[in-house]
Amino acid sequence: MRINPIRRSLVAVLAAACLKPFAALAATWNKDGFGAKTAADALKALGAGNPLPSKDLLIEAPQIAENGAVVPIEITSNVPGTTSIAVLIDKNPFPLVAKFDFTAGALPFVKLNAKMGETSDVRVIAEAGGKHYVATQEIKVTVGGCGG
Amino acid sequence: MAAGPMKMRATLNGGVTDVRVLMTHPMETGQRKDPDGKLVPLHFIQNVTVKLNGRTVVESQISQGISRNPVFTFRLKGGAKGDRIEVSWIDNHGETNQTETAVA
Repeated sequence: MRINPIRRSLVAVLAAACLKPFAALAATWNKDGFGAKTAADALKALGAGNPLPSKDLLIEAPQIAENGAVVPIEITSNVPGTTSIAVLIDKNPFPLVAKFDFTAGALPFVKLNAKMGETSDVRVIAEAGGKHYVATQEIKVTVGGCGG
Repeated sequence: MAAGPMKMRATLNGGVTDVRVLMTHPMETGQRKDPDGKLVPLHFIQNVTVKLNGRTVVESQISQGISRNPVFTFRLKGGAKGDRIEVSWIDNHGETNQTETAVA
């Protein structure tokens, strides 16, 4: 059977029209970063390969988490001009847990609950003026939370 | 599963608006087994957006490493009583939900 070029282009246009709304709906999600199995690979995917340690990046979290299914972590960046904060849990199967982009109007602060499979360093990365900063805290986990 | 309810509270404290939002979602890691020993498929929220009076102020990308029924607190500069806060999410199945409240 000969392929009808008009019909073919019509199909292409219709397909594009159908796909577009989905593309618009799906916001950015860093597939490489969230799919990375090591913190180093996740940092690379974030473009934060070699972050500078900073004391202006504050992590408030328990030193010992009794329940790894719900570990509260509060982050405040006092690094001037912070535009994003990312959270990585080194020993989780997929270390990158979240990334937050702030525009004028939001303070570089977030509190979240994360799952932790085992005792691990928690790394927080802040981006400011094109540079990346890091702070780290170890959280000990007595009962892992990756099953739930 | 249909999207469960959301709860949100936005309060003004000394020039800063605290936004606390709860989303009902299983946040399945894809690694948990059901009682029959079958893996429960990956099902988790991927994006959370916060808007203040219609303008986006926080865009979040999250993973299955966030706890079930996620709770987040954000802080917004300034704000006034009655300002409109909207939070929406979309998960890896394309399900979405949103809620809005006025700053109290």
